[in-house]
Amino acid sequence: MAEKPIQGEKRVFMTGNEVVAWAALAAKAEIMYGYPITPQNEIMHYWTRMAPKYEKRFLQTEDELSAGFTTIGGVLAGRKAFTATAGPGNVLMQEPQAMAEMMRIPIVTIIQQRGGPSTATVIYSQQEVTLTTYGGNGEGLRIVFSPANHQDLFDYTIKAFNTAWKYRFPTFVLGDGYQAKLRESLTIYDPEERGIQLIEPETTLGKLRVSSDTEPRHIRNTYNTEEELLEVLTQYFEDYEKCAREIVEHDQFDCDDAEIVVVSHGVVSRAGKGAVQELRKQGYKVGYFRPITLRPFPGEALRRVADKAKTLLFVESAQGQMAKLAKEAIFGSTVAVETLFKPGVGVTSEEIVTKVKGMK
Amino acid sequence: MTMIPQMPKSWRLESKPHKFCPGCGHGLVLKALGEAIDELGIQDKLVYGCDIGCSLLSWDFFNVDSVQTHHGRTTPVMTGVKRANPDAICLAYMGDGGGYAIGSQHLVNAAARNERITAILVNNCNYAMTGGQMAPTSLPGMKTETTPYGRDIKEHGYPTQGPEMVAAITREGAYIARGTVANIKQLKGFIKKALENQMAGNGFSFVEALATCPTNWRTNAKDTWAFVENEMPKFFKVGEIKNPAAKEGE
Amino acid sequence: MGKTVKIALAGEGGQGVQSVAEIIAEAANEEGREALYIPNFGVEQRGGVSIAYLQIGSEPIGSPKFQKADVVIALSDRAVVRTSRYVNENTTFVYDTSIEGVDELLPRNAGRLLGIPALDVSKKELHPRVFNIIIMGAVVKATGVVSEAEARAAIEKKLGYKFEQDPSLRELNFKAISRGMELVEKAQ
Repeated sequence: MAEKPIQGEKRVFMTGNEVVAWAALAAKAEIMYGYPITPQNEIMHYWTRMAPKYEKRFLQTEDELSAGFTTIGGVLAGRKAFTATAGPGNVLMQEPQAMAEMMRIPIVTIIQQRGGPSTATVIYSQQEVTLTTYGGNGEGLRIVFSPANHQDLFDYTIKAFNTAWKYRFPTFVLGDGYQAKLRESLTIYDPEERGIQLIEPETTLGKLRVSSDTEPRHIRNTYNTEEELLEVLTQYFEDYEKCAREIVEHDQFDCDDAEIVVVSHGVVSRAGKGAVQELRKQGYKVGYFRPITLRPFPGEALRRVADKAKTLLFVESAQGQMAKLAKEAIFGSTVAVETLFKPGVGVTSEEIVTKVKGMK
Repeated sequence: MTMIPQMPKSWRLESKPHKFCPGCGHGLVLKALGEAIDELGIQDKLVYGCDIGCSLLSWDFFNVDSVQTHHGRTTPVMTGVKRANPDAICLAYMGDGGGYAIGSQHLVNAAARNERITAILVNNCNYAMTGGQMAPTSLPGMKTETTPYGRDIKEHGYPTQGPEMVAAITREGAYIARGTVANIKQLKGFIKKALENQMAGNGFSFVEALATCPTNWRTNAKDTWAFVENEMPKFFKVGEIKNPAAKEGE
Repeated sequence: MGKTVKIALAGEGGQGVQSVAEIIAEAANEEGREALYIPNFGVEQRGGVSIAYLQIGSEPIGSPKFQKADVVIALSDRAVVRTSRYVNENTTFVYDTSIEGVDELLPRNAGRLLGIPALDVSKKELHPRVFNIIIMGAVVKATGVVSEAEARAAIEKKLGYKFEQDPSLRELNFKAISRGMELVEKAQ
């Protein structure tokens, strides 16, 4: 029996990709499938180095299509399996993710966003929000967490496994190239020692049949009639609605009397926080709102904020991918909207401060 | 007398010095290719496609219409060009991942359909641009970023022998060879024949080139050459595998 | 330690820029300060200007990159040009005096320009191998983000195993840190 990768808790200073590998170990993930693509490669590098010691497995597949489908296979075999990708790899991965949505297969995927579309840059962006929340040829029945720092990355990667296996929707941790490559401090810990119960995986295929009376499992993702499909999807929508209430997460402060609320997610929310704090110091009535789950989107909470504010300022390293989700979620609100879009480029708190000061 | 190295006419001066690492095999393969283009006089008809990975650094290498595609998709893009314009000489340039991993289905199908394009695959036993992960062609026991303890044949199988695979699925009309940067003259000969095979309208032409990658192999100059000259040929046999022109009693 | 200090270190690949930044970041973190370090990275494996973005302060760091730096250290002509965008009237711009034609390239809008003969010192006084450690000393003096003692402790942690085999290396590295600090002191 291999030893536990993390005993107790430890303050460490490492890159985001390394954090993900440790979090997956802490969550008792058993196998990773992956394909090289910058900027997530180091997740595989760390995982393959630590794998033998903790009796974990790894397969480098021939591409991301395969990485997604082999991860599905691993999950169906009853193991906590995960994969990671970015950019064009994320595009390819939509096919297996759609299958996971249709068949309610709990695969966990870490995305480290890079510039897009196409190869663009290997560096950074927040341009895979649309793809990760609503990719595939379906209705986006997925769960997407947007971490802002390494502590989040660790906490939410562990949470992603639990969320996926409890609610049975493909679950994503949506990071980015900056978070992947930057070094900062965090506390890594053994979740069970902190009272976080880790959901046990279940086997769908290949479980040893106790007797010939036990029915074999037959699963498919094909339906014969439109009505059949609608029936299945309707049930899924119900399931999603129900669990959305338990899963949805956001963070906010200073919104009660705010005229302008800065809405940002992921690493950009750090700049958002700094900007709002600085503006408040200077006497501006500004608030901070950060969706932590992009799917399900914290629409109710944002609507409440929008009803009190004059303007929402959407700030993201994309051309409105988060803004689009937000606007749909608060449809009917008459709040004014301003934007600070920098697709593929980082945003600093100074820029947000300048923007707010320039607004009327 | 000082020897000034001659650059092939088809090379683009403005993009030199190139961006490949010191000691990279790409520079040598592209030199052989450049000379072949010059000697065949096909610069004006050539359409050049490169893949993702280090091959993408060759996107502006030649004075030739060029396109940098997606990973593994250079073969189908060049196939598309050729089907739409059979007069163009289409060259698909890729690495071991672009041909034998993510691009393998395209390579196999282009070969099976006997697409009249020429594919050149640079084999340096790793995914170099992304930092040195295992490639289909990594040697047994080879330490890479995703096989930190060495490639285990039991776990990952043997290195892919691409030209042999392509030879098995092609019929008459295909030209297939494996050259090496350790013998540039021979490699150039293979590349020329591969292009001539396309020009004659015979069929699919494929040349694998064994190449060096001291950056990811973490070898000095001496060990780099030792690896490509002595180790790699143990798994990748250098030579011509199929030559339609030879069959005609040339 | 109050306001976050923003440092950009730039040089040619191979000059050890990233190692220095990483060591300083870890040193600051060891001392309980908030530290964030991110390298620049593009498609090429080799070549190109290597830039390290370092932020150290008492509050959690916000955005991983910044628009203007408090201190820039540029070690090659390309690095000087590349880092000019991070310079304003509050920036201390430290550069190596051995860079050919550097005077034409220097950003005139910098708050302070400090030329240090680090390469010279590494070649003539110490050893070319510790060039980047001299730079580390320069960063330490120019920014005050860690003390000399903390910098030594960080080097010990990173290279201690090499020092065990050859104790003279320890002296060499520690001397390099001091020299780097002296060079900045003198240039001020």
